[in-house]
Amino acid sequence: MGRITLDKVQKKFGEAEVIPPLDLTIEDGEFVVFVGPSGCGKSTLLRLIAGLEDVTNGEIRIDGNPATNLPPAKRGLAMVFQSYALYPHMSVRKNIAFPMKMAGMDQAEQDRRIAKAAEALNLTDYLDRRPGQLSGGQRQRVAIGRAIVREPAAFLFDEPLSNLDAALRVGMRMEISELHAKLQTTMVYVTHDQVEAMTMADKIVVLRAGHIEQVGSPLELYHSPRNTFVASFIGSPKMNLLTGDIARSHDATTIGIRPEHLDVVERDGTFVGRVGVSEHLGSDTFFHVHIPQMEEPMTVRAGGEVGLRHGDTIHLHPQADKIHRFDAQGLRVA
Amino acid sequence: MARAITTQKKIMWTVLSWGIGLLIFFPIMWTFLTSFKTEATAISDPPVWFFFDWTLENYAAVLERSNYPLALTNSIVIALGSTLLGILIAVPAAWAMAFVPGKRTKDVLLWMLSTKMLPAVGVLYPLVLIAKYFDIMDSRILLVMILMLINLPIIVWMLYTYFREIPGEILEAARMDGANLKNEIIYVLTPMALPGIASTILLNIILAWNEAFWTIILTTVNAAPLTKFIASFSAPEGLFYAKLSAASIMAIAPILIMGWFSQKQLVRGLTFGAVK
Repeated sequence: MGRITLDKVQKKFGEAEVIPPLDLTIEDGEFVVFVGPSGCGKSTLLRLIAGLEDVTNGEIRIDGNPATNLPPAKRGLAMVFQSYALYPHMSVRKNIAFPMKMAGMDQAEQDRRIAKAAEALNLTDYLDRRPGQLSGGQRQRVAIGRAIVREPAAFLFDEPLSNLDAALRVGMRMEISELHAKLQTTMVYVTHDQVEAMTMADKIVVLRAGHIEQVGSPLELYHSPRNTFVASFIGSPKMNLLTGDIARSHDATTIGIRPEHLDVVERDGTFVGRVGVSEHLGSDTFFHVHIPQMEEPMTVRAGGEVGLRHGDTIHLHPQADKIHRFDAQGLRVA
Repeated sequence: MARAITTQKKIMWTVLSWGIGLLIFFPIMWTFLTSFKTEATAISDPPVWFFFDWTLENYAAVLERSNYPLALTNSIVIALGSTLLGILIAVPAAWAMAFVPGKRTKDVLLWMLSTKMLPAVGVLYPLVLIAKYFDIMDSRILLVMILMLINLPIIVWMLYTYFREIPGEILEAARMDGANLKNEIIYVLTPMALPGIASTILLNIILAWNEAFWTIILTTVNAAPLTKFIASFSAPEGLFYAKLSAASIMAIAPILIMGWFSQKQLVRGLTFGAVK
């Protein structure tokens, strides 16, 4: 079991309030991702759940039991750190065994679980090596191995993939997702990368300056962002936000159009502009188009082979039902 | 661009380094040579260097006149005892300062170090009175305590610097893995800081071994270590250079040999971990 409830949890460092009182429920078995720009308090929130930071006010419950004042060791949670935080003086085997040793588990059971975890994580051949002799991806797997052998109530991941190179990151993303599908244990995952959030989460919690901006499934956030912050944070490339006359004509202060919801047309487009930088990805091409209605270039996703070059004139037409409208406070207008 | 070092410059620097090295080593070498001379050759003018009748009579005389085994045992007990006691106290203290620093941690560290700037003689009177009150004058336990207290700031400082090099996340990982404070220190912190702890131990054994103010003042016979043993040869009836030299060599030999075998650790210790 691993249902985590935060009840008006607040965190202050001295006078600075990092997390204003906040409520959140993480259901048992859920994969929840905390996402937000750096300094938004997502790591602090995770550390509060872990017990590595003291809560200033409010209450944390794990499976209904108060955990606010429990030391980390007593909360039954496992954590995977950004730096892997492996014990450099211990072999891989001893690293994985450490939490079981601390729990006083008998040796036969320890060996059984180490063998099982090592096999699942492709570490069987590396059990007697030191962490220093492993690659980044292998170290990350050891850290995960160390977490799973305890059979924790929930896993906490603190930006676990940000030290890996891009190709490895995609692979590890899948492995963690698969692990979740297999174990069905609650996972709380912190990242600043919205792609990781979108691809892995059951539920995304978007944070800004300690506030929860929106909680929802990846597609909910994509289709109906509650405000302009979530709108521009979720989705890649970023949503185009327009103000002024064009927004007023839609009865809004700001309108948002995702790059993939703009069609390139022959003539009479809503937007007419000049092609700036083009990014050719093969399957897609992203054009950055300079239009009079926007200060920054508007991003447009087009098919793989559109014969437009730098400086060409382009006509664009937004898909009418995909336009997001926001009021003066930046909140979504239904 | 790499700096070009000409052969000429290399030779110059080599000669200079050897020169300074020999200059520093000279007193020890001279003591060593003198310890094998007769008292007459030892004070001869002009001095003789290598070509004299080498004799072991000074060593025999020193061994006969005083209790070298007792002084050696006292030195070992006092140096090891004060260092290990200091480590036991300093590890938790340095842990707290390195991993759970408060607003005043830096001030506490500086304050601790500032006690080293106090002239030792300033606390002589109160310390002697306390020792008398507890009736522990001329005892090993008194010297273990006092040398521990005197070197504690250095031990804490050194351990603090080494602990700071250990990433806090690893200790947090241990906490998440179910380790309590005791296990965190035993299984994770200490093994990771072992090279640093070893340097600290070595350096403090040397400091305690060579400490000559308190050891000479607070002992008479029973707890007298090698420092007192050397001092006893600069007797009021006149200096016996050859015997004094023999005593000195016997006193410094153990620590010199230990230092020779642990040079690497010592350098790291003396530079507070800056050289790896």
